[in-house]
Amino acid sequence: MAFYVVQFLTGLASAASLFLVASGLSIIFGVTRIVNFAHGAFYMLGAYAAFTLTERLGGALGFWGGVVVAALIVAAIGVLVEMLLLRRIYHAPELFQLLATFGLTLMVEDLVVLIWGPDDLVGRRAPGFRGAIDFFGQNIPSYDLFLIVMGPLVLGILWLLFQRTRWGVLVRAATQDRDMVAALGVNQKWLFTSVFALGVFLAALGGALQIPRDAVNHAMDLRVIVEVFVVVVIGGLGSITGAFVAAVLVSELNAFGILIFPKISIILVFLVMAVVLIVRPWGLFGKPEAPARRTPGLTVNPWRPLTANERFAAIAALVIAAALPLFAGNYALTVGSEIAIFVIFAVSLHFLMSVGGLASFGHAAYFGLGAYGVALLAKMAGLPMIACLLLGPLLGLLGAAVFGFFAVQLSGVYFAMLTLAFAQIVWSIAFQWVSVTGGDNGILGVWPEKWAASPSHFYWLSLGIAALAVVILRIMVFSPFGFALRATRDSPLRSEAIGINGKRVQWTAFVIAGTVAGLAGALFAYLKGSVFPDNMGISLSVDALVMVLLGGVETVSGAVIGAVVYKALNIWLVSQTELSKLVLGAFVVLIVVAFPKGIVGTLEAFMHRRRKSSSSTSSLVTSRIETAE
Amino acid sequence: MSMVPTLLSVEGLTKSYGGVHAVRGVSFELRSGEILALIGPNGAGKSTCFNVLNGQIIPDAGRVRLLGEDITGKKPRAIWRMGVGRTFQITATFPTMTVRENVQVALVSYGQHLFNLCASTANHARDEAGRLLDLVGMGAYAERPCGELAYGDLKRLELAIALANRPKLLLMDEPTAGMAPRERIELMRLTARIAREQSIGVLFTEHDMDVVFEHSDRILVLNRGTLIAEGSPEEVRGNAQVRSVYLGEGLVYDARHREGASA
Repeated sequence: MAFYVVQFLTGLASAASLFLVASGLSIIFGVTRIVNFAHGAFYMLGAYAAFTLTERLGGALGFWGGVVVAALIVAAIGVLVEMLLLRRIYHAPELFQLLATFGLTLMVEDLVVLIWGPDDLVGRRAPGFRGAIDFFGQNIPSYDLFLIVMGPLVLGILWLLFQRTRWGVLVRAATQDRDMVAALGVNQKWLFTSVFALGVFLAALGGALQIPRDAVNHAMDLRVIVEVFVVVVIGGLGSITGAFVAAVLVSELNAFGILIFPKISIILVFLVMAVVLIVRPWGLFGKPEAPARRTPGLTVNPWRPLTANERFAAIAALVIAAALPLFAGNYALTVGSEIAIFVIFAVSLHFLMSVGGLASFGHAAYFGLGAYGVALLAKMAGLPMIACLLLGPLLGLLGAAVFGFFAVQLSGVYFAMLTLAFAQIVWSIAFQWVSVTGGDNGILGVWPEKWAASPSHFYWLSLGIAALAVVILRIMVFSPFGFALRATRDSPLRSEAIGINGKRVQWTAFVIAGTVAGLAGALFAYLKGSVFPDNMGISLSVDALVMVLLGGVETVSGAVIGAVVYKALNIWLVSQTELSKLVLGAFVVLIVVAFPKGIVGTLEAFMHRRRKSSSSTSSLVTSRIETAE
Repeated sequence: MSMVPTLLSVEGLTKSYGGVHAVRGVSFELRSGEILALIGPNGAGKSTCFNVLNGQIIPDAGRVRLLGEDITGKKPRAIWRMGVGRTFQITATFPTMTVRENVQVALVSYGQHLFNLCASTANHARDEAGRLLDLVGMGAYAERPCGELAYGDLKRLELAIALANRPKLLLMDEPTAGMAPRERIELMRLTARIAREQSIGVLFTEHDMDVVFEHSDRILVLNRGTLIAEGSPEEVRGNAQVRSVYLGEGLVYDARHREGASA
């Protein structure tokens, strides 16, 4: 019995940090409507800064002062980020805000390694809370008890701040209607900045308070952000009470989940999240979001199939690509195969994101599932390669069918958070279930059969499947289903009113996208001869998002160009620099701020303008006639 | 008129929000080809009533029947499949498609082809879409991007979309809101003509009293969630209770006053 009580108290102590980070995220979202993906990065920075300060400054005052000063420094960094970056994108579509803050996270990850090194850092014990308290033969660290008190204390302070101060009233008003608050003469800029500073302060404090419990490392940002997303999905985005209750719930589920499913404890949290989503899609304490505002800059040029000339150009490009083995060496062909595989992966996400309006931040899960599907079939069942390539992606289909069912219940930022959390769950299963997946060591020796083994043959295979995937998805875009999917994206209200079951249409699209991603993963497993948990990791999901964005999210097949350019650039970059995440993150931020239409989108806009200016006289006349009518 | 069968029958509709009765015991009937206006001051319960009919709100009590079949509490898309078209107070269309494609999507859905993954939509029911667009006078705009249309044209496009399932009943929530006076008259004349020709029953809510009294066969007046008057435009115009309800808002419809203004 005492053991369970101690386990319960450990859970409560873990909840404190989680609550601090989640409440910060919720407060920022409430006012600015931005889901700050970089929140985990600020948490990590808080921990690193606190580590350095508490090491430098001795004594009790040095420790506690160091923790607070670290959080303040990180909050100041947050203010800079808000003023330099976020102010430029408050009116951009949600997807761009998510991506920009994600790019920031990538940059911080490399910066942290650059400054503090790649090794785990073990911080000091907290002065005054070094020992443990004996509870019927079980030990409870006294620092845990401190944290247990800390959680409700911060909740109380936040409550007083929002209920009793003028600033708090303004924040609550802005949460309900920020335009009205601005119309009443409140300086919105500084309100947003101060709210962001508070949110970042809470995240950094959460990180700083963790150092006596856990080692500081450069992967803690993603771990915490996934847990925080789960917390806000359960508790409801925008609710501080919700963040507290859900943080306790998730921490307890983690604490006891280890006892029930020692291998895959995260399953329990997932099950609870699934139940909450079915019963209350907006979280326990959340409110349904108003439908997303019409994104400005949304293209009004309706999509059309390729003209005869464009089709000819596409076929010519394919022929040239197919001729590559005639003059390129083996390394170039391997790179070519990898690019072809990522074209498949990118177009699958593009289908979901551009046609369906569903920006998945965890699309790598289905890529990875396809790869593992192939590896398991080839190694365990010993099936021939063709059978593996056909059956492997079915694991991606299965995963997409299960997770997609829950994910399409939500939209916008909730959808993004949920897909990311799902991908992390799949990743940790691959990582933890060592007996089946080999854990960190992966599954090795997945080699193609003789007919596809040579680099040129494998290249042709990948290129052929990529061309097929692009053509099939294009046909789907212009099929009745594609129109139903776009209708659901454009106006859920109208599509429901003309008999379209939007959720079912979106679910189908999710399954299609997941299966195609699984196919890409299946080929990838053969290309590399092995699979690892990283084949479903977050950075791969981000790669896919950037490829789509780079090509142009509002285009029909921009992802093809995006994938080719990005992948080639990426492979080159990794060979040139150690700091690929830093460069990549900066690149993402740059695209979002300076280049939001992507390569193909910018090109199309240019062509459209040219066509318009050349035919402007005639169209003016017709429009006059139409008006007169 | 009694020979025409009842299209829509509403019985004892009641809906309250935390102690506030939005609608209480509202009953009425609508026949095919009839144009029925639902009016009342703000907060009278028009929108609640309307949203119960189109399936967006489930009532606490009461029944809604379409040609005798119970449709209470069904989803909007199920109600659409039974032959109810609708337009919105603020137009809801698909801005990234052309005008024709907007109608084609509705026709795809009507033909149950939503999950067809390989056919080309461009040729799907192209002529039928063109016919519907001609009907509402939008034929010349068929290839225009919907996102470029003026508001009045969007309203007409919405009407074409609403007619795609060959509806028996048309629900129009403030059809002329946000339109210029001449456009209002044109849209309501068009609606009336289509309703008579295809014997579609029309139920609409409206704030513009000119539109209401000129274009409806019958008027229902709601106040504080209950039906206070029902009848032809003349009967409602002469109703003392209706006058007092609107007097409270400082608005009296007076035929003589209007004649004087237009002279």
